[in-house]
Amino acid sequence: MSSLLEVSDLGTWFYTRQGIVKAVDGVDFEVAAGETLAIVGESGCGKSMTALSLMRLIPDPPGRIVSGSIRLAGRDLLKISEEEMRDVRGNEISMIFQEPMTSLNPVMTIGKQISESLILHRDMDRKQAMKRAIEMLDLVRIPEPAQRAKEYPHQLSGGMRQRAMIAMALACNPKVLIADEPTTALDVTIQAQILELIVELQREFSAAVILITHDLGVVAETAHRVIVMYAGRKVEEASVGELFARPLHPYTTGLMNSIPRLDLMRGQTDRSAERLQEIPGIVPPLFDLPTGCAFAPRCSKADDKCRAERPAYEEKQPGHWAACWHTNG
Amino acid sequence: MVSANPPVLEVRDLKKHFPVKKGLLRRTVGQVYAVDGVTFTVNAGETLGLVGESGCGKTTAGRAAMRLVEPTSGSIKVEGQEIIGLSKAELRPYRREMQIIFQDPFSSLNPRMTAGDIVGEPLLVHGVANKKEREEQVSALFARVGLRPAQMKNYPHQFSGGQRQRIGIARALALGPKLIVGDEPVSALDVSIQAQVINLLMDLQRERGLSYLFISHNLAVVEHISHQIAVMYLGRIVEYADTRSIFTNAQHPYTEALLSAVPVPDPAIKRKKLVLQGDVPSPVKPPPGCHFHTRCPYAVARCKVEVPSLREIAPGHQVSCHLR
Amino acid sequence: MAVIDHDAALAKAGANVSGFWSQAGFLARRYPLGAVGALLVLLFVLTALFANFIAPHDPLSTNSRASLALPGGTYWLGADFMGRDMFSRIVFGARISLAVAVGATLLGGILGVAIGLMSGFLGGWFDLATQRLMDIMQSLPLLVMALVMAASLGPSLQNTIIAIAIPLVPSVARVVRSSTLSLREQPFVEAARAIGMGEMRIAVRHVLPNTLAPLIVLGTAQLGSAILTEASLSFLGLGIPEPYPSWGRMLSESAAEYVRTAPWLVIFPGVAISLTVFGTNLLGDALRDILDPRQRT
Repeated sequence: MSSLLEVSDLGTWFYTRQGIVKAVDGVDFEVAAGETLAIVGESGCGKSMTALSLMRLIPDPPGRIVSGSIRLAGRDLLKISEEEMRDVRGNEISMIFQEPMTSLNPVMTIGKQISESLILHRDMDRKQAMKRAIEMLDLVRIPEPAQRAKEYPHQLSGGMRQRAMIAMALACNPKVLIADEPTTALDVTIQAQILELIVELQREFSAAVILITHDLGVVAETAHRVIVMYAGRKVEEASVGELFARPLHPYTTGLMNSIPRLDLMRGQTDRSAERLQEIPGIVPPLFDLPTGCAFAPRCSKADDKCRAERPAYEEKQPGHWAACWHTNG
Repeated sequence: MVSANPPVLEVRDLKKHFPVKKGLLRRTVGQVYAVDGVTFTVNAGETLGLVGESGCGKTTAGRAAMRLVEPTSGSIKVEGQEIIGLSKAELRPYRREMQIIFQDPFSSLNPRMTAGDIVGEPLLVHGVANKKEREEQVSALFARVGLRPAQMKNYPHQFSGGQRQRIGIARALALGPKLIVGDEPVSALDVSIQAQVINLLMDLQRERGLSYLFISHNLAVVEHISHQIAVMYLGRIVEYADTRSIFTNAQHPYTEALLSAVPVPDPAIKRKKLVLQGDVPSPVKPPPGCHFHTRCPYAVARCKVEVPSLREIAPGHQVSCHLR
Repeated sequence: MAVIDHDAALAKAGANVSGFWSQAGFLARRYPLGAVGALLVLLFVLTALFANFIAPHDPLSTNSRASLALPGGTYWLGADFMGRDMFSRIVFGARISLAVAVGATLLGGILGVAIGLMSGFLGGWFDLATQRLMDIMQSLPLLVMALVMAASLGPSLQNTIIAIAIPLVPSVARVVRSSTLSLREQPFVEAARAIGMGEMRIAVRHVLPNTLAPLIVLGTAQLGSAILTEASLSFLGLGIPEPYPSWGRMLSESAAEYVRTAPWLVIFPGVAISLTVFGTNLLGDALRDILDPRQRT
C-alpha cells in the first residue's frame, strides 16, 4: 500500500503560563488509502492535538505547529496558505468529532449543513447540493432522509446526529477521514451501529481513516494499524493483531492489563476476584517532563538508563516499532 | 447467598415520574417515566451492578433509592427499616448509612473548599467529632484512599481527575456507611486511573464489608466489580441475575444485544454481533407492551400489547420477556 | 515555516509570572484599559480617604472676597459664589461619592444576595412573587426608581444610600438566583444533601461562595452607576443636602447661573464625575474578562 498521508516530525507546542507544553512532540506516521490507523492513548497524550494539527486547526495563541511536514498525496499542508488550506478542510480531509451536538450548528437544518461544504468545494448550486445531501443521509442509513434533511440537530437523537456528522464529513468524498472519539459520547448499542457504519463506508469510499480513541476495544474491532501515544510521543506502533498479541512497550501492556476484559463472556475463568493491574501514578505534567523516558516514573521496569536517556524509537520486529530500552525482542 | 441480617438495601416497586410542564401556565402535559417500578436488593458486603444505556433510569433509580430525589411511590428498606415516609430529620440517621460517589470528579467537589474540609464536612454536619478528632480522621481517610495527608490543605483544582475521585470516595467513607451508591464512578477516568479506583473500591469492600449499588454503562467494569446485575431498559428492569448468569447465559434479547455491542479488546476474537437497529424510545411516550419490542429482533404480536412481568426462570435469575 | 521565537511566545502567554507585583504587571499589560480604570479608581479612593490631608482649604468655609475667584495660585480650581475653594470641595466630594457608592452597593448587594439565594433555593411561589417584583423594579430606570425613593425618604446621606441601594437589588438578585439555580443541581451540592446537610447551610456554605466572582464584577459596575445616580439625585436637589459638597449638587448650583460667567464651576465637578465613573467601568470590564471562567484559556 502506498501512503496517502505522510506525517513526519510533527511538533505542536502550546505556550502557557506554566511553560512550553509539547502536546505533540516529533510524531511521524503514514496512512494508506483504505486503511484505518488508530491512535490510542489517555487524555493529554496528544492524540487529539495530532488530529487538529492535521487539519491545521490548532488554536493560536496559545498553540503553534513548530516543526514537521504533513504530506497529503505529496503536497505539504504546512507549506500552503491558509486560503488553500480552507479548500483542503472538509474536502480532502474531514473530521468527525466526539460531541455531535456541539459540532453541529443548532439553528441550521441538517440538509443545509451538509450542502454547505458541497456548495463551497464542489461548486454545486443549492438544489444539486441538497439532492446530494439527501443521498448522503440515505447512505449513512438515516431513515426518511428527505424529511430528516429539513430538521434541526436538536430534533435528532445522539446516534442520528453522529450519522449526520459522518454524512457531512463524507459529502465531498475526502481522501482522509479523521474520527476523534466518534463514539465516546454514545451508548454501546449505538456505538456498535456507528462503528459498523464507519467500517462499511470506508470500504465504499476507500478513504484513509484516522481513528482517535482511548478505547482499546474499539481499536481491536475497527483498526488495521495502531499507534500508542504517551505524553506527546509515540511509544509503540504495529498492526492490530501484532500489538494485541505481543505488546512491547510497558505502557501498552499496562493499558491492556488495566481494563476489565469480560472474561466470563469470553468463556474464560472468572478473574473478577483478582485485582486489576494498575499503572501507578499519573501522567506527568507536559510542561515538566522527565529527561529520560516520559513513562519511567510509572514503569516497573525503569532503571537509571530510562531515567537519564530518552529511548530511541526503533523497529524491534518487522513492522513493530517501540520506544523502550527494555524490549530487545 | 443466605444471610441472617436483613439486606442493606431492599427496594420494592420503586417509581419516579417527572411531570412534563408546558406553556405559560406550566401545566403538566405528561410524565417522564424515568423509573417505572423497579425492585432490587443489595446484600451486605455485595455489589449490585445497575446497567443500561442513557435514559434507562439507572441514575434516577440510584438517587431515588437514597431519597435524594423523592420517589413517586414504592418502598425502600435500609437494613429492614422503611425510609419512605420519614421526615427529613428522621431520615438523617439513615444518611450516615448510605453515601454516594459521583461520576464527574470536577463538579462533585466544591471548588472553594479545601480537600480536607470536603472530606471532613460529613463529620462536621453530624457532629461526630471535635476539630482535632476530625482532622485525625480525615488524615486517616486520606491515607486510606491513597492521598497524602499533607494534601488536605489543597483545593480541588490542584488535584488530577483520579485524585479528585479519591477525595469523593474519602468523603463517602467518612461517616462509615454500610452502602455506597456509585453513579458511574469511574466513567470519566482514563483507563489506567480507572483500574486504580476500581481496585480501591474493591479493597474497601473487603476491608469494611461495604455494599455497593454500582451504576454504570460499562459492562466490562460492571462484570468485574458486581456480584449481582440488574439490566435496565426505559425505566424497568429487564433482567436480574448473578454476574455469571448474566454474562454466560443472558436470557433477555436486550441483554444479549448489550453484551454483543461491547467492543472486546482482543482482535483474535471474532464474534457474531447482534447490532440493534434504531434508537431508545423516549421515556415520555414509552412503547406499549414490552418497552423493547420496537428494537427487538425476536418480537412477536404479543410483545406489542402485553407488558411482560419479571419472572424467575431459574433460581435467582429473573427475566422480563414473553419468549423465555 | 516561520522561525518561532519561543521566549516571546512564552512571555506573551505569561509564563514565569509569579508574585503579586509581576502578576499585576502582567495583567496590566494584557488589559491596559483595565489598568487605567484601576488607577483612576485607586486615585478616587485615596482622595476620598485622605481628603483632609489633600484639601488646602476647608470645603465649607465661605469667603465673600473670594467669590467666583478664577482658577490660580490660591484657589487651584477657582472658588464658587460663596468663595469656597473648588478643589477642596471636589476632594471632599470624593468622600461623599465613595460613601454613597460603597454604602449603596453593599446594601443593595446584601439584600440582593439574600433575595436571590432564597428565590433560587425555595423556588415555588416565593420565587415567582419576588421575580415579578424584581421585574417591575427593573422596568423603571435606575434613576427614576432612585428619584421616587429619595423623594419619599427626604434628603440625607443615609436616605440617599437607601434610595440608590434599593434599585440596585434586582440585578444582584438576578445574578445570584441564576447561579443558585445552576449550582443547586451540581453534584457537590447533592453530595452535601447526601450527608444530611440542611438547605440553609448548603445555601450559605456551598452555593454562596461560588457566586462571588460574578458578584464582584457586578459590584464594580454598580459602583459607577451609584456614583452617577448620587450625582443626579443631588443635581435635582434630592440627594445630599447643603452644605456638604456633592459633585452633583456643585453642578446644579452653578449650571444655571454661572455656566457662562464662571465655567470652571461646572467643568471641574463634571470632570470628576466622568473620570470616576469611567474608571469604575473600565475596571469592571477588565474584571469581567479576568474572572469570567469562560474567557479563560
